[in-house]
Amino acid sequence: MFHRFIDRRLNPKDKSLGNRQRFLRRARARIKEVVNKSIQERKISDAGSGEVITIPTRGIEEPRLRHARAGGNRQRVYTGNRQYQAGDQIDKPPSGGGHGSGKDGSDDGEGEDDFRFALTREEFLDLFFEDLQLPDLVKTSLREVQTFKINRAGYSASGNPSNLNVLRTMRNAYGRRLALHRPSSQSVRDIEGAIEQLRSKTPLSEGEIQCLAKLEAEMAALQRKLNVVPFIDPIDIRYNRFEQKPSPNTRAVMFCLMDVSGSMGEREKDLAKRFFMLLHLFLERRYERTDMVFIRHTHHAEEVDEQTFFYSPETGGTVVSTALVEMVKVVRERYPTTEWNIYAAQASDGENFSGDSERCIDLLQKEIMPLVQYYAYIEILDEREFDIFQDARSGAALWRAYRDVADGHSNFAMKRIAKHSDIYPVFRELFSAKKEKLATR
Amino acid sequence: MITKLKNNFLFTGAEWSHATLEKTYKAIEEIALEDLGLDVYRNQIEIISSEQMLDAYSSVGLPLMYQHWSFGKRFAHDELLYRKGYQGLAYEIVINSNPCISYNMEENTMPMQTLVMAHAAFGHNHFFKNNYLYRQWTDADGILEYLQFAKSYISKCEEKHGPLAVEEMLDAAHALMDYGVFRYRRPPPLSTREEESRRREREEYEARTFNDLWRTLPKSRADKPDEADEEIQRRRKLLKLPQENILYFLEKFSPVLETWQREILHIVRTISQYFYPQKQTKVMNEGCATFVHYYIVNKLYDLGLIGEGALLEILHSHSSVVLQPNYDDPRFSGINPYALGFEMMCDIKRMCTEPTDEDRLWFPELAGSGDWRGALKYAWANFRDESFILQYLSPHVMRKFRMFLITDIEVEAQYSVKGIHDEAGYRKVRAALARSYDIGVLEPDVQVVDADLKGDRCLHLLHLAQDHVPLDARQRDETMRHLRRLWGYNVQLKSIDRDTGALMSEVFMCEEGVVARGGDKG
Repeated sequence: MFHRFIDRRLNPKDKSLGNRQRFLRRARARIKEVVNKSIQERKISDAGSGEVITIPTRGIEEPRLRHARAGGNRQRVYTGNRQYQAGDQIDKPPSGGGHGSGKDGSDDGEGEDDFRFALTREEFLDLFFEDLQLPDLVKTSLREVQTFKINRAGYSASGNPSNLNVLRTMRNAYGRRLALHRPSSQSVRDIEGAIEQLRSKTPLSEGEIQCLAKLEAEMAALQRKLNVVPFIDPIDIRYNRFEQKPSPNTRAVMFCLMDVSGSMGEREKDLAKRFFMLLHLFLERRYERTDMVFIRHTHHAEEVDEQTFFYSPETGGTVVSTALVEMVKVVRERYPTTEWNIYAAQASDGENFSGDSERCIDLLQKEIMPLVQYYAYIEILDEREFDIFQDARSGAALWRAYRDVADGHSNFAMKRIAKHSDIYPVFRELFSAKKEKLATR
Repeated sequence: MITKLKNNFLFTGAEWSHATLEKTYKAIEEIALEDLGLDVYRNQIEIISSEQMLDAYSSVGLPLMYQHWSFGKRFAHDELLYRKGYQGLAYEIVINSNPCISYNMEENTMPMQTLVMAHAAFGHNHFFKNNYLYRQWTDADGILEYLQFAKSYISKCEEKHGPLAVEEMLDAAHALMDYGVFRYRRPPPLSTREEESRRREREEYEARTFNDLWRTLPKSRADKPDEADEEIQRRRKLLKLPQENILYFLEKFSPVLETWQREILHIVRTISQYFYPQKQTKVMNEGCATFVHYYIVNKLYDLGLIGEGALLEILHSHSSVVLQPNYDDPRFSGINPYALGFEMMCDIKRMCTEPTDEDRLWFPELAGSGDWRGALKYAWANFRDESFILQYLSPHVMRKFRMFLITDIEVEAQYSVKGIHDEAGYRKVRAALARSYDIGVLEPDVQVVDADLKGDRCLHLLHLAQDHVPLDARQRDETMRHLRRLWGYNVQLKSIDRDTGALMSEVFMCEEGVVARGGDKG
């Protein structure tokens, strides 16, 4: 018989996925514009969650031959008349648009308005990170096995006493005792009691003597059996078994180093913050877990929380190497390189205590660069300075010092930025596939 | 007493199950067929999730559709509105096919499923099967097979010629979709096998599209003596010009298209043709379905098959569907086709059973005839929105809606109220309302009038503007760009006022874009 009702709910759901992909491809240029702009304008911490976007309909409109909304002589029937009589005149609205709140002539059109729709987080970030790549992923690639995860893997007959599984062991022992008829302690106690009772009597009758002998014999048999069938036998013992399962190294820690001396104003800090956040967003996407360590420095360095890092005022001189020392210390203490991918980002206005730059080079070359996946240094300049320092060769002491490090290490990058819109290009360039190719030459 | 009644209920509570659906369907079917005497295609009711409903939305309500970015755009749009709660989803979608497929949402409660089954599986279904437009223009038996063919053909094209080339062709074809219909004759039935075999041989069309009426166009040769030229006449005859079906013309005569591109045009215009009746019967189709569900659920209640709770839930939803806001209400967006259709059909029933003197005067053949079922079925079968309103809109309904007619003359500073719901205005209002549903008025009248294939190969189109209403200039230019892509050579579009013959605008689309444009608003 023909089935009148068909349950389609289990049919594949993404029937229109192909259409959606075609649409995104079509509107790609517009969507990217919007995404890029929103990264620059909105708070960076929201960047990953912004989902509803509005794009201009340019390029995704579906033109038809239609009547214009205005012009010509028109007639229209309305409902709900209250005051009008035939022959009444009504003033036209000054804009010359349609009368009332009707949607004249655009019942199915989008009009010239913008088109709003929701991008999934994945789609949003894919666009954001398009053709970006983290460098040196080959070295400690996501697939590379470096750490082991311990997983339960049943029970075993051999093992470490600390892994003894009491429940299993006792269960096995009980089964064995039942099967081999080990006398229960209760029955032993009963016989012992009976023997004791008989012995305490002084005149024993003939029957009682016989009974006592019988009980003693029984007792001896029980004792023998108790010795032969122990309460717990080595074969009962079970241990929890654990297996070391190789797990990909999917953790990253990001060190944010920043000069917070008086020369770093609100503007500089804001730029630095955006740079850190972008890097964090990227790492967060790549790694299962991303830690952040904030190290601020003046003439001395300390590890602080994010709030303090960005907003707490501090005064003092500028000794960059203190921050590097602090970073090495934290790595040694908490982030062994076998388990963590280490990224470092440093922001500064380029000033440094004279003579300290050499020490920085030394620290970077010897201690830090072998530890980190990537080290990015940005120098935040005035817009005026930015024009002067177009040439990468010129610059302050710290810049010149870092250039030596950059020459020797492909995973060291340095850039100068001056305004918000510089950040994204810098970010792109730092992690672009091209850069990596150049670097690994 | 109540407990005794409860035993007869088809269902209680909101939950539905296949058993209650089946039982309720049987009860509805009995009323629909025995009492109302409806004539329907076999029903196939599919339960779908909200996500699938969104899918169905985006592919213009068809169960199968080729892939195109515009459907993705629609999906993204509807999805946002739905997820943010700006817009609910339809309770059902029904497809004009045989068997008649209707989609019911799984979220619907059992009373809603009852409403939806009565509405779609019987109301719409009867209308699809019996209305003359559908009988003439659509082929319910072949549509699913044809869509399957179209979908696989287009995906094959994408593999062979690249998705971008196919997209370009579909974009252009969609822009002209409204002009892919033969308005005056029935298209041949669809058959996949035939389609495949005689894809490029469609000579029979040519014989059928010859229409002598064209000679009687208002633009007489006397006005333009140079047009009487023999050569032009011969050429036009060969190209079967003028031609209202622009997609057909391009498919046949475009000098640049390849076979697969012509086939894509054919697919698009076949689908356009399939939807042609739906555009013209919104009021009737929804009115019919709404009237049917209203009658059936009330009958179910009268028979003691559904409880008061269920009836109230159904009526609540019914009344929000047939709500007609007033012109000054922020919700007003034109006349609600559900409200108008439902009201008019109830009015036909009222006139047949309880006529007033006014009805006897206006509708002597209906008033008091008693056979409202027959009268409604006759109307459902033989009218489209325009003619239905012109024939059946009664003073009673006009008063009920308090309709009034406003005219907007371009050169005048004020709108004027031409008629209201009174003795002097009934006919004016009715005629104007009917005209506003005429597809010939709703869609601009654009035709291919000339193409000199031996000369500059420029394609000439003519827009006969009614009431001096111009085309939307931006969209027109974009459409012309698509048109040029399909034609391969320059394209010219003239807008002429139908009544005065005055030139309103002229657009010339050549390779570099719009270069010459004269007389806008001229």
